Amino acid sequence: MTITDQRPGYRYVGTRPVRHDGLDKVVGKARYAADLVLPGMLYGHILRSPHAHARIVAIDTAAAEAMPGVRAVITGADFPELPADDPERNTTRNLMARDKVLYEGHAIAAVAATSQRAAKAAAKAIAVTYEVLPHTLDIREAMAPGAPLLHDDVFTTGLDSEPSEPSNVANRTCYERGDIEQGFADAAVVVEGEFVTKAVHQGYIEPHACVADTGQDGKTVIWCSSQGHFRVRSQTAAMLGWDTARIKVIPAEIGGGFGGKTTIYLEPLAVALSARAGRPVKLVMSREEVFRATGPTPGSVIRLKLGAADDGKITAAKAWMAYESGAFPGPWAMLGCMCVISPYNVENFLIEGYEVVVNKPVNVAYRAPSAPMAAFAADTLVDEIARRLDMDPIELRLLNCPSAGDQAPYGPKWPRIGLRECLEAVRDSDHYRSEPAPGHGRGVASGFWFNIGEASSATVNLNENGTATVVTGSPDIGGSRASMALMAAEELGIDVYDIQPVVGDTEVVGFTDVTEGSRATFATGMAVVEACRDLKRQLCGRAAVMWDCDSDEVAWSDGQATHRAGEHEPLALAAITAEAGRTGGPLGATASLNARGAGPAFSVQVTDVSVDEETGRVTVERYTTAQDAGTAIHPDYVEGQMQGGVAQGIGWALNEEYIHDADGVMENPGFLDYRIPVASDLPMIETIIVEVPNPNHPYGVRGVGEVGIVPPIPALANAVYDATGARIRELPLSPPRVLAAITARNGDGG
Amino acid sequence: MSRTHVRCRINGDDAEFLCDAGDALLDALRDEMGLMGAKEGCGTGDCGACSILMDGRLQCSCLVFAPEAEGSSIVTVEGIADGDRLHPLQQCFLEGAALQCGVCTPGFLVAAKALLDRNPDPTETEVRYALAGNLCRCTGYDKIVRSVLAAAAVMQQGKEEAAR
Repeated sequence: MTITDQRPGYRYVGTRPVRHDGLDKVVGKARYAADLVLPGMLYGHILRSPHAHARIVAIDTAAAEAMPGVRAVITGADFPELPADDPERNTTRNLMARDKVLYEGHAIAAVAATSQRAAKAAAKAIAVTYEVLPHTLDIREAMAPGAPLLHDDVFTTGLDSEPSEPSNVANRTCYERGDIEQGFADAAVVVEGEFVTKAVHQGYIEPHACVADTGQDGKTVIWCSSQGHFRVRSQTAAMLGWDTARIKVIPAEIGGGFGGKTTIYLEPLAVALSARAGRPVKLVMSREEVFRATGPTPGSVIRLKLGAADDGKITAAKAWMAYESGAFPGPWAMLGCMCVISPYNVENFLIEGYEVVVNKPVNVAYRAPSAPMAAFAADTLVDEIARRLDMDPIELRLLNCPSAGDQAPYGPKWPRIGLRECLEAVRDSDHYRSEPAPGHGRGVASGFWFNIGEASSATVNLNENGTATVVTGSPDIGGSRASMALMAAEELGIDVYDIQPVVGDTEVVGFTDVTEGSRATFATGMAVVEACRDLKRQLCGRAAVMWDCDSDEVAWSDGQATHRAGEHEPLALAAITAEAGRTGGPLGATASLNARGAGPAFSVQVTDVSVDEETGRVTVERYTTAQDAGTAIHPDYVEGQMQGGVAQGIGWALNEEYIHDADGVMENPGFLDYRIPVASDLPMIETIIVEVPNPNHPYGVRGVGEVGIVPPIPALANAVYDATGARIRELPLSPPRVLAAITARNGDGG
Repeated sequence: MSRTHVRCRINGDDAEFLCDAGDALLDALRDEMGLMGAKEGCGTGDCGACSILMDGRLQCSCLVFAPEAEGSSIVTVEGIADGDRLHPLQQCFLEGAALQCGVCTPGFLVAAKALLDRNPDPTETEVRYALAGNLCRCTGYDKIVRSVLAAAAVMQQGKEEAAR
């Protein structure tokens, strides 16, 4: 179902063509990074730390180097140390440990050999002497005085006074407005709680993989699975101390990322091995390596207090938010602070965030990073307020709903946003208007995510037969090529299948930032539209040559050049491209831009659950999600993003977590024990696409990739409460925890 | 160490390859036969991205030793289409937008074919349980399940028309 605010009639935008890259994917032809084989290719293997925290005393690679088939061995000593102020310093120290290993799975050395088996055996033969250090995995423990320190050069920033001692707390962020004392004094209802979440993984099905081929001239080509091949180029260059011009990165098809492939793990290692061996090198992670060494999203501890007047208006909010960042600091607590109360207008608030390093893999973005944990706290407490005041939870949210011109908690004034429309869409849905089945509990929640713009480039070339090739620099992670083709078709007025959308490598298309922040269809789409509009001007010029008139006598409409005064029959695009050689040569246009004005995204969701009171198992019986897409360019893939985000949120809420033993070793580094939702765990996920166009995009696009993962955790926690009367403030809502909460409820007399 | 010579049928053709005793069939298919459709998502039989049919039975090829393929008949995603005609499952996956990144798609198609081969008219629940050994992290399974049901309907209709 789609609920549209207002929009012009489009011919292609909003239709559902079969995606251009689809056929290759259903016949097994699509090439992912691990599918590439080059002549003479070697296989790499990485040796990883078995310890959560240890000093590296010595590494002896002599035995490994002498083994049959081994062509190269590298360690941290093979990479330059970057200065403290270099933005990639921590990336390089994460990719290859230097003086210390900071988590179990931290890379120590890498080998390239003639077979996978030989590489693995050689890695095993590398002798590492460790001095094991005490480790810390828990936020509260890591923040406490006397905790094992990960870094002696991390001092907390953002404090009132300069600290004299290093700390695991990398920074403090603070957002403050109004008078919270007064706000709480004005409240008729005050609710508060501490919410705890564990690290979870993005769980893309394709493990990280790349092939690097470094020539004797020092130039290198990398094929890899990445959300941004330009970032792969810059990070690889930084880690090797190379000029970026030496590196060409070719994007393979990417088998999922969800934020987890916005940084690099393998590429500089493969390049260094290839340079040493003089042969191409393939590096592919095992699933276990993916869990042990790549980006979980942070665990968190959030203490939130909300006050509301007796009419339901939220009067004050006070938040203390600590986020893990893994082995090196990140922006996660800050992002959580910026999101936590953003679906609500609150005049008085104090929000503090703490970024805490712990001995876990370095955290990486995961779909609306930091927002789901924040929403867990906020939307659980909002549900409590609604119950205390006996108000409908959606009416309460509507009462506190921000709209254009209101000031967002993190500073700017909201532009036109669609939260109200999403709330109304859920309120008016069949799902919400029906009663939950007997025994089922219902939960509602909302969520916010910023979305971003950033740099994008596109080149559109017209072929002699009137078809077009659209080349962009955005890896297509969930159908964005089809969206690029639809926007180009709309602009040029030619059929969507007469357009070939391509993701270009770093040498054939202009710089483009990573596919992240829900930006590809928004920002790269803007570049495609701009290039197409340039082409239309050129086409009018060519028609003027053919008609021997002034170009301002020509207009472009509906896929053809028309003479304004009607003195000539309109010329279709193909008629002009056929004559291009005589009228000025090939027709092509390039646009590179910094996209501004990304549209903030909101989603509102409702779910019904049943809870087995004997086992504590939660079953999701029904799920409906409404999300403001701005404009859905290809509704199938908008729905797909909405449904995928919900499914990931359900997994996070009900089952997923990193589990470590006493030595800081991950105990569940596989899909059997880190269990993501399967088809039999889920119902159909009903979607309501809300379209409140973003005025800053030519087609009104907001970006749809991320916000869908924000509401599921509180929606499910609220539904579990509705079903059982047990409030659970710690994830996951797995059977043992739910059962314990039900038992405690019974013990309290229900 | 001498390698084992394996003879089998793959996607209807006679095939032979050399392998080590401990090699996974998945690696033999990919590295020896160049059939890159089956993917390794886990290597432990948990994700189903390497699903194949072996003598009609759904298997994770990462859990089958390559020498076990001797004398068997194997179908991979590359063998599902009939020449230039897509299998209804492939067509319905395309039309139903049942894939995003596409890396799990070969496994889902093979597993869904295994289901429809033995149960041509499954319920939604039957589809969900039949595909529970295949992980997809992109779609939330909604469009996959709908597409399998759509393919079953197309195939039933095809049979009815053929019978008339």
